[in-house]
Amino acid sequence: MLTAFAIFADGLVYAAYLFIVAIGLTLIFGVMKILNVTHGSFYAFGAYGAATAVGIYANAGWPAALGFLFMLAFGMAIGLVMGVILERGLLRLVYGRDEVIVVLVTYATFLILEDVIVLIWGAQSYAAYQPMVAAGNIEIGDLILSNYDLVLVALAAGLAALAYWALKYTRYGRLLTTVIFDRETAAAFGINVTVVYTATFILGAMLGALGGAVMAPKISVTLGIGVEVIVLAFAVVAIGGMGSIEGALVGALIVGICRAAAVHLVPQIELFVIYGVMALVLVVRPYGLFVRARPRKI
Amino acid sequence: MSARTRILPALVALAAVAAVLPAGAQQPATVKLGIVSFLTGPAASPFGIPGRNGAEIVIEALNAGKAPPPFDKVGFGGSKVEAKYVDEAGSAANVVTEFRNLVQRDQVDAVVGYVSSGSCLAVTPVAEELKALTVFYDCGTPRIFEEKPRRYVFRVSPHATMDNVAAARYVLAKKKNITSYSGINQNYAWGQDSWRDFEGAMKVLAPKATADKVLFPKLFAGEYGAEISTLLTSKSQILHTSFYDGDLESFIFQEQARGLDKRMTIIMTTGETAIWRLKDKMPDGTIIGARGANGPLARDTEINRWFQKIYTDRYNTPPTYPAYQMAQSLLGLKLAYEKAAAAGGKPNADAVAAAFTGLEFTGPAGHVKMALGEGHQGITETAYGTYKFNKQTKMPEIVDIVRFPAECVNPPPGIDADKWIAGGMKGAKC
Repeated sequence: MLTAFAIFADGLVYAAYLFIVAIGLTLIFGVMKILNVTHGSFYAFGAYGAATAVGIYANAGWPAALGFLFMLAFGMAIGLVMGVILERGLLRLVYGRDEVIVVLVTYATFLILEDVIVLIWGAQSYAAYQPMVAAGNIEIGDLILSNYDLVLVALAAGLAALAYWALKYTRYGRLLTTVIFDRETAAAFGINVTVVYTATFILGAMLGALGGAVMAPKISVTLGIGVEVIVLAFAVVAIGGMGSIEGALVGALIVGICRAAAVHLVPQIELFVIYGVMALVLVVRPYGLFVRARPRKI
Repeated sequence: MSARTRILPALVALAAVAAVLPAGAQQPATVKLGIVSFLTGPAASPFGIPGRNGAEIVIEALNAGKAPPPFDKVGFGGSKVEAKYVDEAGSAANVVTEFRNLVQRDQVDAVVGYVSSGSCLAVTPVAEELKALTVFYDCGTPRIFEEKPRRYVFRVSPHATMDNVAAARYVLAKKKNITSYSGINQNYAWGQDSWRDFEGAMKVLAPKATADKVLFPKLFAGEYGAEISTLLTSKSQILHTSFYDGDLESFIFQEQARGLDKRMTIIMTTGETAIWRLKDKMPDGTIIGARGANGPLARDTEINRWFQKIYTDRYNTPPTYPAYQMAQSLLGLKLAYEKAAAAGGKPNADAVAAAFTGLEFTGPAGHVKMALGEGHQGITETAYGTYKFNKQTKMPEIVDIVRFPAECVNPPPGIDADKWIAGGMKGAKC
C-alpha cells in the first residue's frame, strides 16, 4: 500500500515537472510548427535567473513568503526578453524555410546560448535551495514528502486549467486555435498571424523559463541542465501529440507514473521506461495520443 | 672609427663565444604541455575548473622556480613550461580529435588531463599509436592498465577501486552491526564500477549484511523524487553514492528536504568536491571521501601547505581533489622529465616514459608509488572522514579521519581490481 502511494505521489511530482517544461515547447510547435531546441536554453536561463533572484532576495533580507514569487517573476522576465530577441531578431528571418533548416537554427542558437551562460554566470554552479527548505515537509506513514513538490503539482494543475480556459474561452485562445488548425485559412480570415507567432513564441519562452525557475530550488543550477530537459520534453510532447496541450498533460502523467513505478519496482529498467513508453505509443498512434485531425488540402 | 665599425667586431666576437659554449649553457627550449579538462558542461564546475586551476597555479610556480624541493628547479629541468588548455567537453570522437591536434599539430611534449573515464579509454590507444606521453589526472576506471600493458600512458592518481574499498572499510570501522545497505549511483561506467567495488568489498568484509535498494538513475537526471521515496521505505543503515557535480548537489538538496539523511548515513566517495560550496547544506554526519588523501584529508606537510596557500590565495577557495590530482600529475611528470633529462639534452617521449615507470615521489597529497600497471599506475594512501559544519567558524570540517595504507585498499600488482575483491582482497596490508 505504501509503495502504491509512493508511486502515485512520485509519479505526480515527476509529471508536474515534465508538464511545466513541455507546455511551452508544445505550444510553440502547435502554432508555429517549429521544433524549438532553444527551449532547453529557456529552461536553463530561467533556472540561472531564479538562482540569481534567490541570491538577491536572500541578501536583501525581504520576507521569505514572497521569495518564491520573486524568483518566478525574475525567471519569467528573462524568458520574456529572450523570446522577444530571438523571435524578432532571428526566427522571423527563417519563417517559411524548410522545417529542417528552422530546427538547425534553433539548435545552433541553443549551442550559442550555452556559451552565453558561461559568459554571464561563469562555469560554476549555483544553488537556490532556500524556497524548498522554507517550504518544509509532511510525513505520511514511512514516507516524507516535500511541500515544495506539492506546490509544483498545484502549479502544473493550475497551468493546465489556465491553458484550457484561455484556449476555450478567450478571444486570443480562439485565434490561437484557428492558427493551430490552419495558418493559411486563419490569415485569409484576417488574423494577423505574425502577431500571433510573436506572442506565442514569447509565451512559450516564458513558460520554458518558468520551468527552469521552479526547478532551480531542487537542483544544482549548472552548465548543461537544458540538454536533459529538452530530450525529456520532446519525449512527452511526442507521446501526447506535437502541439497538443492536453496531450502534453496526459503524456507527462503517463511518463511520470511509469517512471516512478519502474524506480520502485524494477529499477533496472528506469532508464528505458520513458523511451519504451514513447515507442509503444508511437507504434499504436504514430502522431501521438492527442493529434488533431488534419484538413486535406486540394 | 664609426659606431658601425665598432659594433661589427663586437658582434663577431659574441658569435664566436656563443659557438664555443656547451649546449647546456644555451637558453633551454620550452616544454609544451597540453592540459585537457572540462571547461564547459556539467563536470566543469566540480572537476574541470579546479583541475585547470591546479595546473595553472603549479605551472606558474614551477616556471618561477618557487615550488618547494625537490620540485624547485625552474620549469621542467630548467625549461619553462608552456601550457595549452583544451576543453574536454564533447563526444569521445571529439576528445580524440583534440588529442591528435595537440600531439600532431601543436607538437606538445606531453598531454596531462581527462576527467571522464570514457575520455581516458578513448584516448589511450591513440596515445600509444602516436607514441605521445600522456598522464591521466582524474579519470578512475581501472581498465586502462588492466586491459593491456601501456608504454606512453601514465596515471599518478589511484583508480576508483581504492575509493570504494576504503569506503567499505571506513563504514564498518565506524558503524557496527550493519545489516543492510543501499546504493544510488549514476548509470554509466563510473557509477556501476563504483557500486560493484563497494558491494564486493562489503560482501568480503561484512558477509551478513545485504544490499537492499540498488538504484542507477540516468546521468544528469536532476530529479530524484522517486529514488528518495524508494530509499525512505528501505531499512538500510547506510547509503553509498559516487554521485558528483550537479547530480550530487541536486540529490543533497532533494534528500534534505525529505529527511533521508536522518534515516540513514550517506557515504559520498566524491563528497569533498562539494563541501566548500554547500557548507551547512551538507548534512552533518555524512561520510566524505576525496578520491585519496586530498584536500582536508591530506596530511599536514610543507608541500601540502604550500599548495593550499598558492591555490587559496589565487582562487579564494581551498583546492579540492581534482586540483590535487592535477598537481600530483604535473609534479610526477616534472620529476620523470628531469630524471630523463639528466642523461643530457631534451629527452624524448621514450626516455621520459622510461623514467616515469615505477617512479616514487611525495607531493601535496602524499607519497605516490607507480606500482600497478607495470609501473604506470600510481597508488597512494587514502582517507575517509565524517562531515561536520563548524557553526562558530562557519566553515566545513572533516572529523574522525581514518587513513588506509596504499597496500590495504589497492590490489597488488598483476591482478585485476574486480578479481582481487571477489577473491577476498588477499594480500591487503592494513
